[in-house]
Formats: sequence, structure tokens, C-alpha cells
Amino acid sequence: MAEIEIDGQHYSIRTGDNLLKTCLEQRLDLPYFCWHPALGSVGACRQCAVIQYQNAEDQRGRLVMACMTPVAEGMRFSLQDPQAQGFRAGIIELLMSNHPHDCPVCEEGGECHLQDMTEMTGHTFRQYRGRKRTHRNQNLGPFINHEMNRCIACYRCVRYYQDYCGGHDLQVFAAHHHVYFGRHEDGALENEFSGNLVEVCPTGVFTDKTFSRHYTRKWDLQSAPSICPHCAIGCNISPGERYGTLRRIANRYHGEINGYFLCDRGRFGYEFVNSDRRIHRSLLRNQPPLGMKGVVNLFSNLLKKSDGIIGIASPRASLEANFALRELVGAEHFHLGFSGSEQVQIAAILDILRQGPVRVASLREVEQADAIFMLGEDVANTAPRLALSLRQAIRNEAFAIADRLKIPRWQDAAVRTCAQSQGSPLFIASFAATRLDDVATDTYRGGPEELARLGYAVARHLNPAAQETMELNPEFDELAARIASALKSAERPLIVSGTGCQSPSVTRAAGQVACVLADLRGKPSAVHFVLPECNSLGLAMMGGHSLAEAFLAVERGEAKTVIVLENDLYRRAAKPRVKNFLEQAGHVVVIDHLLHETAQQAELVLAATTFAESEGTWVSSEGRAQRYFAVFPPTDEIQDSWRWLGKAGGKSWRSIEEVTKDCAERLPAFRAITWAAPEAGFRINGQKIPRQPHRYSGRTAMLAQAHTHEPKQPADEQSPLAYSMEGALAGRPPALNPSVWAPGWNSSQAVNQFQAEIGGHLNGGDPGMRLIEPSAENPSELATGMSDAIQNLAPIMNRQAWRLRLVPLYHVFGSEELSMLSPALAERTPNPYLALHPEDASALDLKEGDTVGIKLAGQQWRLPVLILPNLTRGLAGIPAGLPEMAWVEQGPVFWDLGG
Amino acid sequence: MLSQLRSLWLVLKHTFTPADTVQYPEQKPALFPRYRGRIVLTRDPDGQERCVACNLCAAACPVDCIALQKGEDETGRWYPEFFRINFSRCILCGLCEEACPTYAIQLTPDFEMCEYDRRNLVYEKEHLLIRGTGKYPDYNFYRIAGKSIGGKDKGEAENEGKPIDIKSLLP
Amino acid sequence: MKSMTIGTPWQIFGILVSVITVSALLIWVERRLIGIWQDRLGPNRVGPWGLFQVAADMIKIFFKEDWIPPFADKPIFLIAPAIIMMTMLLGFVIVPFAPGVGIIDFNFGLLYFLALSSLSVYSVVLAGYASHNKYALLGSLRAAAQSISYEVFMGLSAMGVVMLAGSFNLREIVEAQRDGWFFLPQFAGLLAFTVAMVAESHRGPFDLPEAEHEIIAGFHTEYSGMKFGMFFVGEYLGVTLNSALIVTLFFGGWLGPAFLPPLFWFMLKCAVFIVFFILIRSALPRPRYDQLMNFGWKRMLPLTLLNIVVTGGLGLWMGG
Repeated sequence: MAEIEIDGQHYSIRTGDNLLKTCLEQRLDLPYFCWHPALGSVGACRQCAVIQYQNAEDQRGRLVMACMTPVAEGMRFSLQDPQAQGFRAGIIELLMSNHPHDCPVCEEGGECHLQDMTEMTGHTFRQYRGRKRTHRNQNLGPFINHEMNRCIACYRCVRYYQDYCGGHDLQVFAAHHHVYFGRHEDGALENEFSGNLVEVCPTGVFTDKTFSRHYTRKWDLQSAPSICPHCAIGCNISPGERYGTLRRIANRYHGEINGYFLCDRGRFGYEFVNSDRRIHRSLLRNQPPLGMKGVVNLFSNLLKKSDGIIGIASPRASLEANFALRELVGAEHFHLGFSGSEQVQIAAILDILRQGPVRVASLREVEQADAIFMLGEDVANTAPRLALSLRQAIRNEAFAIADRLKIPRWQDAAVRTCAQSQGSPLFIASFAATRLDDVATDTYRGGPEELARLGYAVARHLNPAAQETMELNPEFDELAARIASALKSAERPLIVSGTGCQSPSVTRAAGQVACVLADLRGKPSAVHFVLPECNSLGLAMMGGHSLAEAFLAVERGEAKTVIVLENDLYRRAAKPRVKNFLEQAGHVVVIDHLLHETAQQAELVLAATTFAESEGTWVSSEGRAQRYFAVFPPTDEIQDSWRWLGKAGGKSWRSIEEVTKDCAERLPAFRAITWAAPEAGFRINGQKIPRQPHRYSGRTAMLAQAHTHEPKQPADEQSPLAYSMEGALAGRPPALNPSVWAPGWNSSQAVNQFQAEIGGHLNGGDPGMRLIEPSAENPSELATGMSDAIQNLAPIMNRQAWRLRLVPLYHVFGSEELSMLSPALAERTPNPYLALHPEDASALDLKEGDTVGIKLAGQQWRLPVLILPNLTRGLAGIPAGLPEMAWVEQGPVFWDLGG
Repeated sequence: MLSQLRSLWLVLKHTFTPADTVQYPEQKPALFPRYRGRIVLTRDPDGQERCVACNLCAAACPVDCIALQKGEDETGRWYPEFFRINFSRCILCGLCEEACPTYAIQLTPDFEMCEYDRRNLVYEKEHLLIRGTGKYPDYNFYRIAGKSIGGKDKGEAENEGKPIDIKSLLP
Repeated sequence: MKSMTIGTPWQIFGILVSVITVSALLIWVERRLIGIWQDRLGPNRVGPWGLFQVAADMIKIFFKEDWIPPFADKPIFLIAPAIIMMTMLLGFVIVPFAPGVGIIDFNFGLLYFLALSSLSVYSVVLAGYASHNKYALLGSLRAAAQSISYEVFMGLSAMGVVMLAGSFNLREIVEAQRDGWFFLPQFAGLLAFTVAMVAESHRGPFDLPEAEHEIIAGFHTEYSGMKFGMFFVGEYLGVTLNSALIVTLFFGGWLGPAFLPPLFWFMLKCAVFIVFFILIRSALPRPRYDQLMNFGWKRMLPLTLLNIVVTGGLGLWMGG
């Protein structure tokens, strides 16, 4: 801590930061453009000019850029000095001279950093009367609108896109005041983090195209603190609603998870909530609708009459809904809705996390890792936000170099220059190329068996004594040695794996490496296992039988009635099997929000809420229980799943809080989930927290066409939030803050005002409760007891041209069920294909586009051939999780051309 | 005390002062063109809707009686998909007119909007949109804005240079 | 003891109806008069000159939702407006309209009136208390303090008249004025009595218990519908009663030249004072509360005491 003087006031600050960050942390309003907490300082825009005085006697001082000035003990500055103010006013006037008269027709208007800074500087009148420069726009794909006229050339976009995300197709062109930020030609921005440009761009050059289609000003959006449902990372989001439809997803800062950025799947995948496949009313097969009461009666009568009832849970439903199902059917009839291989893998992962000497790294911790081994997971496609963090971890080498040279870490350009291309070690072992390969120290391509063996080989190199039985494969032994030595010499090594390779042995091998590493280092190793869905880990922790057992129970006639909770079984098991199962079961009740194939076959379909209309708790792949809150109340006959189940089961739950409490009491693993967010009775000075901003408009007109008697705002008994614009504005705990706003800060940059340290943790602590912490048990138990696992490894297949191993290839757009219903995302989804290595293809005499027949999951498919040069030889890749062909295989499958 | 008596007397004298009241329905008051009565939505000089659905009127409205939804035609022009004002709530304050950046909303001297059915006081766009330009005959927002729309490409607005050729290095 | 009743049942009924009608009509009269003095027209739409405005208002007020706040003390809340109506109507019992016209000829008529006017403050106090609303309570507290302060010299101010007439019987007081109305010898008494009357009925400028700019509507903030209407009518009954009393005590009651019947003289005189009450309401500003109290205790009370002493002294000196 040091003391500095700003405008005669003394502030106690952290040394080493730049002055701009320091000022903002002291809640002093200093305008800026090019600086971004995640991107560092480059001093490009000249907007944050302040006066720095030499010493206590200096009266004149000199103009410096706050973002480029490190603060140290005893420094004196002035923000209010007329010279500094005049300079800033001049800069903004220059920046604004070419800015078009567009605000009314700009999607950024009302949450525009440029508007805020212009106001802050006091530039309210444009004196410039000359000609404005104009640019032609580009079509940047389904996600992003481009309006180059508005550009103020702060360079944030390219710094974010190229330097931060490693994207290549957004560049700066031309020179002087003609600079142009765009692609070399029209086309979709390829990087899966392009959506953040909307928030990174201080003005309206890049705006959200999906949002524009049903545009609403920020002040008119009703939002709630929520969690992204599209992968297991659990990014915090702030969805916005207007007129009963979900309008957009904005980032909600979380210091341990997503920070400032979301992936495009999370940002643009929300439209399933508005989908025309939503179920609004309960459906009965061959019967007219019954109405709410009738359906509830029918459902509970059905349950009363039938004896064998089994429940199939859902990894995308809340813990509360799954718990309600478990209470209804009983633990012995509770089946987890995972696919076969997922079930095994997640069980293995949970085993490692619970018993092993490992600690799941949060994304912030991932960014601090200085050696990474990624085994079998294509993170950029299965958990994109994690890939972005991994990419940042590479920079730790650069930071280390900068530290040695005494360059502050926030001096972005200097740090990048001094590090050149040096990065922390990242080893990637996968089926095919990943989008992190460009920063990888080394990559390895192999089938599942090879990947598992590589993992064990690394483990052996880490501790040869532990596994003498291991046969060494010369093909990758040298690589394994290098990986082991990098992990060994690192301070914060990290192992990343997951369910994406659909091979439990790979997952176990990764766990093995982590255990051996922990043994070696004498402290828990950092790991991150990527899981398929938003509550996969939570469901696995709840525990239950497998889906296959449910099938068996029905086939044997033990179960007559099946309740399927928020789950499309056709995405979990082979089609003939599921079809048979649903036909054999006497009664099938599906509770879901989408009319999928399973629901279409059900006798009774009950309309459930999506994440946007309900509260609930999910457990992320970090093991963090996070609460999400309803953005808007459900309409029609839509009801929370736990309500349907609770009513039918005769439970007296009135609010979800009671379910959460019951769940925490009954299942010790979830003891901490009640603390994931403040309880429903939480008030600030007796007030609830409003979901609507205080400038919310149109209350007395938005429903006037339907009824002139203005209905009361819906009451919310479930949470401390209110469907209202009235309530507590300040002092909201981070877990309950629907969106960020501070006086003078209308853009998303207002989050500065809510952080304890800018870019660090939120004021009041980052929300969520970690449920799994490393146990203090003897770490070497797992590390040594692995010989069995190695013995049981499937043998590596001899490469045969006529027999290819089928593997799933994940796609950030396409492999996830819900996001696929967003039209924008669907546009970026690949068509089904069969990917082959060029040599395999030529051996089979196949060309790109040839159609081949293939049998997969009990079905015959005709797929076009896609030549994928970076695929492992001997593998044939199938896109995973596409709506028409989910990957449901368990165990190795082959494309047998019959020799 | 005397002043009290004096004021009693002064007030009493007014018994014989003629009333200033205008007997409204029989006698129509003279209203000026800038009188703040019912709003209309105007069109720009080339006959297109002026409203660009920027939502500023709704934000400015102290009784929150304006609700609208932005739409965009295929050429990029913004327009309100619906524009609804609930005149049973409107207080005719004119803040929407002041907030309107395109002169689309203009208040007219019509204030006689009594209805027996409150639903008839909910006006939609088709009830509000007039054919003319209202008080500002020349203003055309899109001639000044930088966004290109049908009939006005980039660089064709007032005081705009031709679009930059980014392949050129000439100043 | 002779029977005190002089009115037949028909007469009683007639007086009741006409008093209430006049009071109700006063709503219209007041609005019209204030309108005229403010260079407006006042209500002129319903019926000829807007005369049926009262009827329209009555119909409206009867059909309004009769809402009792859930937090109110219900029985007291209901009783309060009835009390003011009742005390004011009972006050008319002793009013000597004309020889042979009236309800009771009562020896202690004036005392009876003073007693009733003190009772009427209960209405206001209870209304404010039962409303369970801070503004209502403030209003009723003000009313209570104001009534106590002004009652003291209201009684005293009338004592001069009593001394001159030698009776508390209002009819005898009127008869005693055959030789000259008392407003001349008792001018100070008239002033004090008028002021006290205005203060007692909480009318402008002494309407601090319902001072809108400070405490919304004071004691009747929570009242609506006909219960509010009863407060309203009660106020106008008070105005009528007060005018009748002033006329009786100081302006010779029904006495007047014989070309008009006595009842008419009485009514005419009353009308003048009603208009006067309306005039002071529309012309004089509301004093501050401390000014009101100072005025009552420090000016009016000494004045009335002096009046009694002087009247008594003169009476002794002249009569002795």
C-alpha cells in the first residue's frame, strides 16, 4: 500500500497498478477508451490524460496518460486541473468529429461507453462542421453487426480479437484516419469469442445482431442474475427480457469464472427460450387440453394408480428439479439421464475429484497455470470459455519475462514485445486439431487408446516407481518425458481433460497424472475436467442408477410408468432402444420446455420453465453450486419442474427455497448449496432488488392493447428479486445483481464500480459455493493403485484401412442441444459429415463430398465425406451432438468396410 | 387587523367583476400551433415514417405511457414495429416531443380525446401516423445520420465524404 | 314547569329537512360565491345556475366506494362522522326561528349550545384517532387544542349578552333586543363570539386541522364516500347554526320591520352571516398554528374578560 495525492485528496492505494485503474478503483471518474482491464494499457486513445506533479512544490506539472503511469508512494496528480480537462475535452471532440449522428438508430445507444465518456468530459455540442469520413460495412456473419462509421479507432477490437482470443480474421486495414477494422472480405467472424466485441467495442461498431432483431434499449430490459445453460463452465450471465421474450445475453462479471468474456454459444444460444418448439400448455396424447387443474389431477392420479414408477433425471435441469424427482420416485428408482459413456466417465471424474488429491481450478486459476497438459478434450468446442482462459495462461511466460525486466504486467505492448512468441508450456493430445494448437508447445494426435497410454506414460515419467508394470510406447515416450518435466518444473501445473473423448480410460489416465503429480509435489494438483452439460456434475453428485438400468427395468416389466425430466432420451441412447423403451413403458410423462422427440412420444407432457423463467441451482464443472434466477415469470401453463413433481408427490413445497433446503439436508454432498445465494427473505433496507432498471419505460402502455386495467406487477415469492423497477439500487450482493449500472456509467464498463479490485473479485465476494475441495486423505492411494487400470486398457488397434475407429468431433456451434434452436447459431452449425484423414480417404478411394453409408447407434446414416488433414490416421470423425445425430455410443465403435 | 378587513373588502368587491371563464364546449378557446395536445407521428419530406424506434420518448415519458418495438427493414432503416401510447395515462407534458431526435413525435392542438371506453384511448401507430411533416417541413433524420438505408448509401448523407477506399494509402 | 316543547312533530320534521337542505345547498353556494370572488363562474352546469350540483354531488358521493382502511379502528371510524352530524343537528333544537317556530323553548338554551359545540370536537378527535394515519392524528390533535382554546372565550363572549338580557333562554334574549340589538353594546362580544365560532367549526382561516399543505386533509384524510360527505355536511350545518346563533344573540333574531314575517327576517339575517363566513374563508389566509394559539389566549381571552367586566360594571352602574 502507498499513499498518493489526487486533486489534494490523499488516497491509500496498491502500488504497481497504473493510475487509471487506481483512479477507477477509488471511484474517481476518469474517461478512457483503449484501456480494458483484461487487455492492459497501450496508451493509444490519449483520453485519460491527467497532470502529474514532480513533487510537493511543483505547481505546473506535466500531462501524462493515466493508463501508462505506474503509481508509487507520494505521487501527486490532478484530474481536475484545467489543462488536463481541456486536453481531454479536445481529445473527445476530435474523436467525435467523425462520429456519425447515429445514436437513435444505434444498438449501443444507452449503454455506450463513448456516450458515457462524452458526457463525462462535458462535450455536449459538436462544433465540427466539416465532412465526415465514412466506411463501408461488412457482413460479419449471423452474430455481429458492423457499422464502421462509428469507429473511434481505439484498437480495442483487434487487441481483443487477435491478442486475447488468438483470432486471425479481424484486422486493421488502411492508414491514418482511414483505419478500418474488419475482415479481409465479408464473412462470419470465425473466432468463437467474437460476441465479446459487442462489449469490448466502446461504441457501436460491433453490435449484437441477434439482439438487434428484437432490439430493446438496455434500460428497458428486465434482467436477473443467471447462469449460462450451454456448457458446464457455469459462466455468469445477465439475460434481458422485454414483452415476454428473451432478448439477449450480456456478460455478468464473475471474478473466478468468466470475468469479462463469454463465448458465442453462451451469448447467442439463448433463443431456444423463445423457440416455437416451446411447450406452453400441457399436452395429452389424443386428447384435448385439460387445463392446469385437470392436468395436475391427472398426473397425480396416474402416479397413484401405477406401481412401478421410475424417474429419469436430467443434467440440464436444476438440482432442485432433480431432487424433487428423486423424492417422488425414491432413490432406488432414480435414474440419471446420462448416456452410457457419459455415465461411466462422469462417475470416474467424480471419483477422482472426491477422493483424489486434486483441486478443480477455477477459470481464474486456470489463467494462472504455468504448465498445462490437455488430454483428449477439444476444449475450444466443449467448454469454449475454458479455452480462452487456457490461452491466457500461455501468457504467464511473458509475464515472467516482463517481471524479470521490471516491466509492469499491464504494459500490454511492451509485455508482448519482450516475450515475442514465448509462452508457458501447453501440451495438447487430441483426436484432431484444436483451436489452441497455435499456442501449444507440442501436440499429439491419437485415438482414445493412444491418448490414455500417453497419459499413463506421463504419469510414469513423473514417478517411475509408481508404475513399473507400464510398458513404454516408444512412439510418444519422448513427448511424455517432456510433458512430465514441464509439469514437474512448473509452479502451478494444470491437467485438463473431460468427457469429450467419450473414453473413460482417457479420463482416468488424466486423473492418474494429476494424482501422481500431487504425490510428487506434496499438494493437490490443479485439474479441470470438462463436462457436457450445465448440471452434469450436480446430477452425478446426487447419484443414481444408469439409463441402461431404466431400460432394463421396463423391459423386465418391473417399471410401468416413466417420468422423464427435461431430457431428450434420443440424445442419450440409440434410437431403436429408446423407441422400444418408450413404447414398452405403460405411461410416459415428460416434463420439459421443448417439444423434442421424446416428448412427442409421451402420453402426458407437462410444460416446464427454462432457465430464464425459473430459479435453481447448478453445479459447474468447477464444483461450484451457482443459483440462477428467473428473468421473467412463466406464462400459460408453464410451471417449474419441481412444482409439477412436488404437487404430484404431495409435497408441501411453496417455494424453491424449501426444495433447496430439503435437498441440502437430505443429501450431505449439497450441504452448502443453500448458501449459493442469499435466501428469499433477503432485503436491503427492507427492499427487494428490482429486476428492471430504474429507467424502465412503457409500464402503462406495454399491456394496454390487451387490458387497460394495468395489472399488478407479478409478485415473486421465490427470490429477493422483484419484477419491478422499485427497490434497492445500491448494496446488492453480487449473486443478486441483475445488471451493472452506476451513475455516469451506462455501459457494461460500469462493472468497474462493482469490483473490489478492477479485474479482480467482485465487491462482496464472487458468488457461488464450491462443493468439492481436495480431501486430506492419503494422496498416493490412487497414484499407486493404477496398474489394474493400465492392464484393462483396450489394446491399440492395428491400423487397417478397412476398419476405422469412429470418434466424436465436437463443435462449439452444434454439439449442444439447446443452443441449436437459436437461428443465428444454427447458421454456424456444420452439416453431418464423416471426417477422414486424407491418406485414409485415398486408401479407401474417397473424395471430399462422396456419400458413404455408415451404421451408428443402431441406425443407418448416409454422410458426405469430409477430408480433415489434422485428424489422426485410422479415425473417422463424426460430429457430436448435432440435433439429428447425437453421439450416444458406449465403448469403441468402428466403421467396418468389411476388409 | 385593518389589512384583514381590507382584504375582505377587496374580495367582496369582486362580486361585481365579470368572470374570466371561457364556457368551453360552446366557446372554443384559441389554440396555438405549438399547443401541447395529442401527439402525432409525422413523416419525413420523402414520405417515409420519421420514427426510428429509438425509444427515447418512452424513456422520457414521466408516466411511462409509450411502448414501442424496434423493427428494421431489409435496407437497414429502423422503424417501430408497433408504437403504442396510452392516452388515458398521458399527461400531455410534451417531453416525448422534446426527446424525439427525429421530429417524428409532434404535439398537436387536439386535446379533445374523451371516450366512454378506455380501450379507445390506446392509440397504435396507425392512429398516430399522419401523412405530412408537421412543424418541421425539411428535416430528414436519415439525411444526417451515418447509417445507410435504402436510397441513401454510405457517404451520401449531408456533410459526408465518400466511403474510404481502404486499399489506398493516399491521405 | 311549563312544557318546553313548542314544535309540532311536523314542524320538527320540517326544520330538520330544511336545515339539512340548506346546509347541503351551502356546498353549492360556497363554490359559486368563491368562484365569483375569484372571477370564475363556479359550478353552473347541472340544472339552472348549477343548482342541482348538490344533487349530483350527493348521488356521486352515495355511489362511491365506501372504503374503510384495513388499519383503521373500525367502530370508531364509523361513529366519528355521525357525531358531528348529530351534535350539529341537535344544536338546531334550541334555535328560535320565529315566535312559535322552533323545537324547544329551553331556559338554558345558550349553555346547551355551548355544551354541544364542545361535544362536536369528539367527532374530529375520534376520526383522527381511528384513521391510524399520522396526518389524521396530527389534524385531530390540532382540532382538540384549537377547540379547547377557543371554547374558553366563546362562552365568556356570550356572557355580556346574557347579562344584558338577564336570561340564558334564547327566545328571551331575542325579546330583550326589542329596544336595540345587542351588537352595538356588545360589539367586543360579537367580535370574540364570531372568531370563536369560526375556530370551533374549523373553517377557514382557522382550518388548521385540515390544512392541506401540511397534513393532507387532516382528520378526514382516510375518509371517503358518504362518511366524508357527513363531515362536509356537518361543517355546513355548523356554519348555518353559527349564523343562527350570532343572529339570535346579537342581531335581534326574528325581529325586524313588520312588512316581512319574522321567520323571513331571521332567515335573511342568517344568510348575510353565512355569506360572511364564506367571505372570510375565501379572503383571509390561514395563520400559523402558534399565531392561532397566541391569538386565542393572548388577545381574545383578555378581550372577552374585559368585555364582561365592562358590561357588568356598566350594568351595575346604570341599573344600580
